[in-house]
Amino acid sequence: MNVQTHNRPEKILDVQNVTVSFDGFKALDGLDFSIQKGELRFVIGPNGAGKTTLLDVATGKTRPASGKVIFNGGVDVAHEMEHTLVRKGLSRKFQTPSVFGSLSVYENLEATVGFNDPTLSLLRGLTREEEALIHDTLALIGLMDRMQVKAGILAHGEKQWLEIGMLLVQKPSLLLLDEPVAGMTRQERNRTGELLQSIAHRCSVVVVEHDMEFVRNFAKTVTVLHLGQMLCEGAVEDVQRDERVVKVYLGRAHA
Amino acid sequence: MKAKEKLSFALLRHWGPVLLLAVIFLLAPQVLTEFRLSQLGKFLTFAIVAVGLDLIWGYGGMLSLGQGLFFGLGAYGFAMYLKLQASGDKIPDFMFWSGLKSLPWFWQPFQTPLFAIVAALIIPALLAGVLGYFLFRSRVQGVYFSIITQALTLLTSIWFIGQQAYTGGTNGITNLGSAKVFGYSLLSSQAQHGFYYLTAFCLLGVYILGRWLTSSRFGRLLVALRDDESRVRFLGYDPVVIKTLVFALSAMIAALAGMLFVPQVGIISPSSMGVVPSIEMVVWVALGGRSTLLGAILGALAVNYGKSFFSESYPDIWQTFLGLLFIGSVLFFPTGVLGALKSATARLRTLAAFWVVRPGLAESHKPRATHALPEVVLPTMSQRVEGGSS
Repeated sequence: MNVQTHNRPEKILDVQNVTVSFDGFKALDGLDFSIQKGELRFVIGPNGAGKTTLLDVATGKTRPASGKVIFNGGVDVAHEMEHTLVRKGLSRKFQTPSVFGSLSVYENLEATVGFNDPTLSLLRGLTREEEALIHDTLALIGLMDRMQVKAGILAHGEKQWLEIGMLLVQKPSLLLLDEPVAGMTRQERNRTGELLQSIAHRCSVVVVEHDMEFVRNFAKTVTVLHLGQMLCEGAVEDVQRDERVVKVYLGRAHA
Repeated sequence: MKAKEKLSFALLRHWGPVLLLAVIFLLAPQVLTEFRLSQLGKFLTFAIVAVGLDLIWGYGGMLSLGQGLFFGLGAYGFAMYLKLQASGDKIPDFMFWSGLKSLPWFWQPFQTPLFAIVAALIIPALLAGVLGYFLFRSRVQGVYFSIITQALTLLTSIWFIGQQAYTGGTNGITNLGSAKVFGYSLLSSQAQHGFYYLTAFCLLGVYILGRWLTSSRFGRLLVALRDDESRVRFLGYDPVVIKTLVFALSAMIAALAGMLFVPQVGIISPSSMGVVPSIEMVVWVALGGRSTLLGAILGALAVNYGKSFFSESYPDIWQTFLGLLFIGSVLFFPTGVLGALKSATARLRTLAAFWVVRPGLAESHKPRATHALPEVVLPTMSQRVEGGSS
């Protein structure tokens, strides 16, 4: 499940001509956007470009005024509830870390692992595979020796990793991350970058990011949004040199 | 060795207070007078309600102001059986006074004890389940949930008062004295002792059930729902199912308490199932300490003993004392008495760790120290595959 077939390119997420407007302001304006299976894609853009709205639409949180979002070849996102979409393999991490502060790190992972079981089976203990999966994930996110600590007292970066771990134990096929390195130290950012690259071997990942240095260091393919539309898309080196991108970013910076 | 000591200490801390309570409850009949014993039995039924309320409110964050209603429904269900028993071949006295000639159809099956018991448990649970399902599905939360449950309680108790011929009206169902249980007269000390032990046993059972539930993953999700419901939704869980189940369970626990209340107190009337008793139930849990279960039990006992003490000693102004007690505890112990005790011992232990046991350990209790990054190297994917972890 976590190893994707690379030789047959298929779209894991297909955003088709989507428009979202809030009181006349078009947050997304006829956006076409797609991700292949197994891809690690960065989405960047200045404030108000529609990055978070894109994630909201992709997870069914916001319904588009027109257009469609298709997940994994056949799932129309608009027809799903939040939790059924997650059960079908689409997970999302919100911008602010929202781990459960009163539970320990381990319990946070434990609480998320059984999301596909019938409710009453949550009364039994974990299976051996589930325990192994949690320990695996703890090692991956680097919180093995913090597993008994209450999540509420973790440092900001650790919370973000824990939350990524909570999504990983659910073995999603597409992971959407909203500004995962916001507010992190340089060291934490680098570790998060490495974490994202190793996650990308298991599932498709979309990272919405603001931090250009982080994008330069860890991205391969980048999509640039501007005013709810796609400005350009391609390898990070090309995108960086693109005149329109430079203009959008610099123009904004001095505005 | 050390780990073993630690484990047995943890076990003692976990179950010690409960064992102590259990022993006290079991010894009580040897020490107490009949009057005091039946009083304790009544308070124990209240403690059962409190455990159920702590499950849904303390752990689940849903402040139900309808527990009195479920308590009352359970009580009425069992009282109907006892009343029919006590009336023998005749129809219950209050029906006769209201001009009824024969037993209404929905009273008929309550002649069977098993039906009465099952119905008294299932009907409140079903009511809570159906109500909860629709409320939670429309994402009714917080104070709106409380108001709706309170409205339902008010409505039902008024309705019960109005249906004099079928429910006994304001007086409720009373005069159960001549009913027989297992061949004993209801008022005999054998029957009363039996109900007392049954109540103590049910309280322990409900407490253990609560402990088991809250320490399972189901319980963790319940706490997670309380802390951040939309997050739980985005983790792939359907909050409606979890919340509905807990609401129905807490209703059933309240109904069980009501069933045990009736034979020991000998009456159930709308005044025991209305808005005020429902709020009192919340007070017990708030005072004892939310999401501790044990605190709920202690709270129910403490408040009710306080009430009886003040009302016996200061019959004119006892309610003032109770009010002051409540205000004081909310002001000074917002997490309840047990919650305050818990955080006090935690603080003491931190201090002890800092000064006595291991000065180095105390460092890790400082929040600042948590900003340091753990020195864990992320395994690369190829290492992970070699390790056979996938």
